[in-house]
Amino acid sequence: MSATPVNLRSSDRGARARGGLFQALLIFSVTIGFVLLAVLLVDVLRKGLPFVDGVLLTEPPSSLPDRAGARPAILGTIYMMGLVLLMTVPLGVGTALYLEEYADRERWYNRLLEINIQNLAAVPSIVYGILGLAFLVRGLGLGRVLLAAAMILTLLVLPIVIVTSREAIRAVPDSIRQGAYALGATKWQVIWRQVLPGAIPGIATGSILALARAIGETAPLLLVGALTYVAFDPTILGAFTALPIQIYQWIARPQEEFRLLAAAGIIVLLAILLTMNAFAIWLRNRYQKRW
Amino acid sequence: MATREATLTPRLRAERRHWGEDVIKGVLALCALVSVATTVGIVAALLQPSIEFFREVSIVDYFTGTDWSPLFTPSSFGVLPLIVGTLSVTFWACMVCMPFGLGAAIYLSEYAHPRVRRVLKPALEVLAGIPTVVFGFFALTFFTPFLQDLGVGVNIFNGLSAGLVMGVMLVPTVASISEDAMAAVPQDLRDGAYALGSSRLQVSTRIVVPAAISGIVASYVLAISRAIGETMIVLIAAGTIAHLTFDPRESVETMTAFIGATGIGDVPTGSIEYKTIFVVGLTLFTFTLVMNVIAIRLVRRFREVYE
Repeated sequence: MSATPVNLRSSDRGARARGGLFQALLIFSVTIGFVLLAVLLVDVLRKGLPFVDGVLLTEPPSSLPDRAGARPAILGTIYMMGLVLLMTVPLGVGTALYLEEYADRERWYNRLLEINIQNLAAVPSIVYGILGLAFLVRGLGLGRVLLAAAMILTLLVLPIVIVTSREAIRAVPDSIRQGAYALGATKWQVIWRQVLPGAIPGIATGSILALARAIGETAPLLLVGALTYVAFDPTILGAFTALPIQIYQWIARPQEEFRLLAAAGIIVLLAILLTMNAFAIWLRNRYQKRW
Repeated sequence: MATREATLTPRLRAERRHWGEDVIKGVLALCALVSVATTVGIVAALLQPSIEFFREVSIVDYFTGTDWSPLFTPSSFGVLPLIVGTLSVTFWACMVCMPFGLGAAIYLSEYAHPRVRRVLKPALEVLAGIPTVVFGFFALTFFTPFLQDLGVGVNIFNGLSAGLVMGVMLVPTVASISEDAMAAVPQDLRDGAYALGSSRLQVSTRIVVPAAISGIVASYVLAISRAIGETMIVLIAAGTIAHLTFDPRESVETMTAFIGATGIGDVPTGSIEYKTIFVVGLTLFTFTLVMNVIAIRLVRRFREVYE
């Protein structure tokens, strides 16, 4: 007498149908984002690809669509990203080291610091623009210059660098620290020679992702005055424009040709972003340590 | 004898004080202080011109007035049209991001094979990484004409198109935080329900979702905060004419769009137009601060319960 195999599937056909329908709805929820992304990419490529050429990359903006380029905007974005990188990485890693290696979690001021950073990560980006307008452009009297914009973007993406750096630092196992202490290292020697080298891949990935966020930010730049007509190459303490601002300017024009130019600018922006993201992923996979 | 033994006990303190170590700790603490200074700076930057503003305009008129026309004479400073505009766009964004974000989270946490999940999660993040100016362009030049073709009688600038596109943009935000909360639900709870004969649908909706509810609510609150604070999509696609309407097919101005549009022009420092940037900014900041604090508390709660 052989045992009949137990049927583990539900015999209730109504329940099976409901389950199937539910799963279909879930799959739809996941795909809706990708559908929009695909439609967006096709639409932008269809409109903008004919305009991605030498003129776009090397010419200054013009009131004639055929001659208008984004050279000052692209340069402005590159300069700004350089400055943001120079400022956010030391500040972000420094804060992360303080919180992970030095701060006593029980103290009220350290807890407040953590909540403060979490909140800053969710403050609308345009509010950072207001901060820049009040303190840097008008208060300090820097004027509407590239450095002010870079400083505002630095503050804006700082929470991202802090959070990712903290994760990378936390991932370095305590046994490594204790080994170094046992050999007589001071706290800073442990951090500088053991913890930081182990955390560098994570920190680098986080910094690139933060930069990718900064590169597309438009709203705060409106307030620190990137929306001026700039036909010359930018300088750090001079008037400037940036790629997303140039795109916005083209969108805001009524003529259809400028909309197409905007699409071309978007293609350049997305290409830069894609490269940065791909680099971050490569970096993570190549260097990430498994302890 | 006694003295010799005392010297043999190892001293674990350093021979001399390492002043360099203290300096380093101080420098790192200063780095941390930058983020505190940012918050203080934001509050100070917003408060001071706002106080001056309320010397000229009554606070009651500001919060109850239904006409926002700061640049006209006679000017009027009732913020309600901007608040209604903001909430209307936020509402349509939530209609998209809340159900679909939750659905995506349930799929990733309960249905997807781990290998599929490892690919899908970062892929969704790509969507969250697209600059909002790009979504604005898409809403204005593709989605609005698309809605018109469908027969929805929308204006060229309208709140509906901006809200819906923003909603899709926020799906990854909701999905990612909700999925984290669902991943924190102990497997025992699921196994217990399966052992009693529950289907996957029942386990998802009656066990996992209720157990992860604080994280799901946190993701919703954060999405609302992001929708309220989003600027470029609304500035490009929803318009910059403030009028009090709940009709999503019409042009509406949000708080962020007003700040952006006014900030573009070179308004003279100290003028009443200049101060409106800050008073609307303060209103916006207060809205999002309340949301963020609620979300941070809720996330902490689910971490405390299960982790």
